Amino acid sequence: MKLDARVPAGPIEEKWDKHRFALKLINPANKRKYTVIVVGTGLAGASAAASLGELGYRVKNFCIQDSARRAHSIAAQGGINAAKNYTNDGDSVWRLFYDTVKGGDYRAREANVYRLAQLSNHIIDQCVAQGVPFAREYGGLLANRSFGGAQVSRTFYARGQTGQQLLLGAYSALMRQVHAGKVELETRREMLDLVVEGGRAVGIVARNLVTGALERHAADAVVLATGGYSRVYYLSTNAMNCAVSAAWACHKRGAGFANPCFTQIHPTCIPVHGDRQSKLTLMSESLRNDGRVWVPRKPGDPRPAKDIPAAERLYYLEERYPSFGNLVPRDVASRAAKKVCDEGLGVGKTKLAVYLDFADAIQRDGRDKIEEKYGNLFQMYEKINAEDPYQVPMRIFPAVHYTMGGLWVDYDLMSTVPGLFVLGEANFSDHGANRLGASALMQGLADGYFVIPYTLGGYLAQLPRARVDVEHGAFAEAEQGIRAKIDRVMKVKGKQTCDQIHKKLGLLLWNKCGMGRNAARLGEALQEIPRLREEFWHDVTVPGRADDLNQQLEKTLRVADFLEFAELLVRDALERVESCGGHFREESQTEDNEARRDDERFAHAAVWEHQGEGKPPLRHQEELTFEHVKPSQRSYK
Amino acid sequence: MSTTNFSLTLHVWRQRGPAERGHMEVFERADVSPDQSFLEMLDDLNEELVRAGKEPIAFEHDCREGICGCCGLMVNGRAHGGERGTTLCQVHMRSFSPGSHLYVEPWRARAFPILRDLVVDRAAFDRIQQAGGYISVNTGQAPEAGSIPVPKPRADQAMDAAACIGCGACVAACKNASAMLFVGARVSHFVLLPQGEVERARRALAMVEAADRAGFGNCTNEGECSAACPKQIEMPHMARMFREYLRAALTESTRVRKDGGA
Repeated sequence: MKLDARVPAGPIEEKWDKHRFALKLINPANKRKYTVIVVGTGLAGASAAASLGELGYRVKNFCIQDSARRAHSIAAQGGINAAKNYTNDGDSVWRLFYDTVKGGDYRAREANVYRLAQLSNHIIDQCVAQGVPFAREYGGLLANRSFGGAQVSRTFYARGQTGQQLLLGAYSALMRQVHAGKVELETRREMLDLVVEGGRAVGIVARNLVTGALERHAADAVVLATGGYSRVYYLSTNAMNCAVSAAWACHKRGAGFANPCFTQIHPTCIPVHGDRQSKLTLMSESLRNDGRVWVPRKPGDPRPAKDIPAAERLYYLEERYPSFGNLVPRDVASRAAKKVCDEGLGVGKTKLAVYLDFADAIQRDGRDKIEEKYGNLFQMYEKINAEDPYQVPMRIFPAVHYTMGGLWVDYDLMSTVPGLFVLGEANFSDHGANRLGASALMQGLADGYFVIPYTLGGYLAQLPRARVDVEHGAFAEAEQGIRAKIDRVMKVKGKQTCDQIHKKLGLLLWNKCGMGRNAARLGEALQEIPRLREEFWHDVTVPGRADDLNQQLEKTLRVADFLEFAELLVRDALERVESCGGHFREESQTEDNEARRDDERFAHAAVWEHQGEGKPPLRHQEELTFEHVKPSQRSYK
Repeated sequence: MSTTNFSLTLHVWRQRGPAERGHMEVFERADVSPDQSFLEMLDDLNEELVRAGKEPIAFEHDCREGICGCCGLMVNGRAHGGERGTTLCQVHMRSFSPGSHLYVEPWRARAFPILRDLVVDRAAFDRIQQAGGYISVNTGQAPEAGSIPVPKPRADQAMDAAACIGCGACVAACKNASAMLFVGARVSHFVLLPQGEVERARRALAMVEAADRAGFGNCTNEGECSAACPKQIEMPHMARMFREYLRAALTESTRVRKDGGA
């Protein structure tokens, strides 16, 4: 596998402009001769499909839900960053670039991040023109807020549903192209394999989720925008249908998978209530601006929170990080919460929670002020937990939330399979080892609106004109493979549901490859995952038929892929012997037990190459150089 | 409100396909946790069915945070279970009494054909959007975002309308199976913003006509839609859409009307 990031030469500010000029163009009249498949209709997929349709390409856009508007981008609450500097507080493209590289703990590719910061401003323009109802000031101009610990106010937002509103913007642009006949929308279709012929991506095989039929779709290029893989942990904040399957199929067809161990764990989620829970709910981390995090000093203290005197409370973030206190970054806050719970200090029925207490803030500012700031979050909390957070402290716990790892892409967002492009959370490039708040929406839309429309043209312009059609043997081979896998899973007829096995996998990963990791536990996980996979293929059961609407089959196929992918995730974690971004590697810590990044040995993206069933994957490295943002150790003491 | 686990009886609509006859199936449920969401309670039932080699109940769901618009069922005749401003995935079992009988049915509307059990086809909503639910701006054509100020009250109202998640509860709750609250929310969102002004006439005509074509009924001002809406979209948005439609119908030439969308 050859890793050539193909970053254009020249000063970083000029790379993208020069590159756009260097890319070959396709005559407007010829664009309609090219078919492009876009898989996914989230921010990245919908914006790409709409923009490519506008340019004149024939686009086929696929999603698993009943409508393109349902993709999980809708769940993003906080906002979207841009370097507009409307608040005159010192922001710039350079600063957004700098913050993103630093926030990513120096594991992202500088040139990509710089381009992301450059494009951020165009995104806001585009969204406003589409009618995205961003929050505004009384003068009618756009409002900004500071988010996720940023020192400048650069976050644009639409109440608590920025993701939903941005997606509706992209979705409406997409609907316009569907109406114009430029985009063919295939809803309730799940991509199950990538078809590669002559060394390039030429189409996909998808399952029609209503009829169960396997369908072949040919194209000149495939654009993958299928999101992240947090659900490998079973419990996460991701939607129930989020999966790694499409990305994993591409990996098996030759696409390198980069940094699968880079996952983000969000500190302020509503804790697990029992073993019958299906997913976790995130609350905005803005809560930490006024809430104080604590646990009782005495393990298993049975008293209600309000009866525990201050002296017997452990305000562990304030004690340990006096200068940042409750506002330490996501990774630090998450690790600290797990640590105190592991020490037996957790609260609530499950003991897997810490208090987030607003009593002092309410006393200081009054209940009205707190309600004005966090009213909707308090309401949501009360709805789920049946406890009034104005009276008793909230209980919170970290949860897997976002995955920075993904398919490796070059500067053009093309994977190691020519003709396969990967956008949004599904790729690996921009967030390094840790993503900053309000940056995911920015990246998805930058990729879809402003990068792929240029770079895809550059690829297609140099393509030989011979098209591979769906009758080609490569399509038949892919379809047969999928059919065999479905038959196999239907025939097991065991005793367990896929969820039972998925839960075991999730717990195993959470305990052995979660926030704190060490070689011994990772080694155990590497032993246990193949056993779990074995258990799955001997004991899973799927009722009903394969040629039918069968939600259980859909789920079970996704779990089968998670069981394979999990091993790669753990393997990657084992090889990366450094504490970086979201995770703490116990072998790599400072004298006072803080994370120690190892730039000597690990300033690279680890890219895995599939070697075939039963063979260990090969690890490659893309060395990362930092010319503009000099690496430093983060300290929040 | 129950704090300990309890029992209840479920009556669930089962239907194999769009053309087949459906029926209610009864399930006795024990050990329902008050902390579970309604959908998690259905998950438990489905897990048992699958382990027994039976086909689970098909229902749609995804984010389980009340924002994606996938879920939605009638529970005892009320869309999303009837808790104000709440999608079904956010309704918890503690809101039901121990021993109660719950009748679980899909959205009922001709424009939403049943695919299986509790899953309906809501593609008609997408077709309404395709007819005109957008501002015609290509990527790259946008002017500077700050160049057009929007009065805050109008922007806030536009946001109120834009909060619609397209779940279809309004249609299910309406005795006419009308989609007018949905169309009203979309039309209002755009017309309240200066960017949406240019195409206001075409949009209103095209979207209302697309709703008619899809087989949704008309509005007779019952207000059930707004009461059932998990995002609490209010009636004035619908009234605004009617005004837009009337204005366009009276003032626009047949040419604009014939063109429909953009």
